[in-house]
Amino acid sequence: MNLPGVLYVLMLGAATLAVSALVGARAEIPLDQRRSSYEDMSRDTRAMQDDDMSNPAMLAVLDGEALWNAKGGASGKSCADCHGDARSSMKGVAARYPAFDEPTGVPVDLEQRINLSRERDQKAAPFRYESAELLALTAYIALQSRGQPIDPPKDARLEPFRERGRVSFNQRIGQLNLSCAQCHDDNWGKSLAGNIIPQAHPTGYPIYRLEWQSLGSLQRRLRNCMTGVRAEPYALGALEYVELELFLMWRARGMALESPGVRP
Amino acid sequence: MAVPARTLINVPPKAKRGDVILIRTLISHVMENGFRVDNMGKPIPRNIITSMVCTYNGEEIFNATLHPAISANPFITFHTVATESGTIAFKWTGDNGFEAEASASISVE
Amino acid sequence: MERTPLSLATTRRLFLAGAGALLVVRPAGATPETMAAAIRQVTGGKPVTPGKVKLTIPPLVENGNAVAVTISADSPMTEKDHVTAIHLFTQKNPLPNVIGIRLGARAGKAEVSTRIRLADTQQLTALCEMSDGTFWSDTADVILTLSACLEDPV
Repeated sequence: MNLPGVLYVLMLGAATLAVSALVGARAEIPLDQRRSSYEDMSRDTRAMQDDDMSNPAMLAVLDGEALWNAKGGASGKSCADCHGDARSSMKGVAARYPAFDEPTGVPVDLEQRINLSRERDQKAAPFRYESAELLALTAYIALQSRGQPIDPPKDARLEPFRERGRVSFNQRIGQLNLSCAQCHDDNWGKSLAGNIIPQAHPTGYPIYRLEWQSLGSLQRRLRNCMTGVRAEPYALGALEYVELELFLMWRARGMALESPGVRP
Repeated sequence: MAVPARTLINVPPKAKRGDVILIRTLISHVMENGFRVDNMGKPIPRNIITSMVCTYNGEEIFNATLHPAISANPFITFHTVATESGTIAFKWTGDNGFEAEASASISVE
Repeated sequence: MERTPLSLATTRRLFLAGAGALLVVRPAGATPETMAAAIRQVTGGKPVTPGKVKLTIPPLVENGNAVAVTISADSPMTEKDHVTAIHLFTQKNPLPNVIGIRLGARAGKAEVSTRIRLADTQQLTALCEMSDGTFWSDTADVILTLSACLEDPV
């Protein structure tokens, strides 16, 4: 018996809505299902990260340690002169960044904090973004939080920025019109052109990425993703990256920091 | 002014005479393979480490010739017999007059 | 300074670049023939027998930029009977040679590891030369998957 045409269309419409509701689900990953992209790596890549002797990022860490102890700037001081031994003074720092910077009234990430200290306290010129020096210092400082749980500070001043980061994460961008959430919340674990889509937790930054054959910051990785969906990346050092990092670190709260990590 | 290359070597500090020990080496170097082009289409010239030689109290125990297919930040491991106490020395050489050295002491009973 | 053997194509390219030529010559990638020629350069034409050396490489690789590879040879490593050299070759990289290593009885164990670049899914050949002048080989196949998203310079 033939269904009336209108009823058929209505049923088809309802079915489409139901399917699209499932496909378009913005499901936040349950806390106990979160996993670092370390788990998705091959055994050999994991071995590269696990062994300090084999992890190329450790070469940068040695450079960072030298920079930490090097006197510089108009002040003639080194980081160590004010901060002492990084192994104690920097413990836990990377795990709770980005943090609020009072003089500028906005949150800053670890790289920006290092440059601010250089300018304000050491009276030295800031390092360029993605420069070997800045990455080395960031890696050295981040190492001091290795193994510690990511611990975003409960600072009310950070909330509006973190919220903008969350909106950014869920916003479709670029010619491919994709949001971070569509891959990393909705389709993590599935394959994309031969690679497993990670949940995208910043557990290892700065990372030695095999693709780059060098160390790089979270900002560099975010820019890659934006280019990947054919969106114009924000300028280097843009507040948008810090807001996104604020959200990503909150999303990864409690997960262990692996810095400096290795990623494919 | 080029920054001296950073090296990381792992040699067991102590060993028994006759033990076969594992030596691991890591050095920072871009290992530019000479086949890439920059974003203006200009070829980037080759710039690699071409050799790593290791000596044990002056006697050569390992000699590797590296080609552009070796990854950036070359990581090489090999074995040697712990014969006597002394110094295990490493020397890397490469394009554009590149040179780097490192050494470690070993105490052999 | 020891001159590493350059493939014919690369030598030609260097000459043309030096001569200020407008042409940019892309070097021919290695092929089974150039790999065989590179192997012959090491063996001097002597026969190569499969066996005694083992090439360990992951069968599926996430990124061709840093592939862990281990070459180990079965040998007592005595003064009378030891590995004198280990070589690694590729079929599809721009150049066939990857690494050439001189060893001796002092090595104790003929096992070396390194990380290499692979340009494509391909077969690799490890070669080892023994103190009695014989050559032995092993091959391994690797499948490469490349990163999903394209990257712009930093």
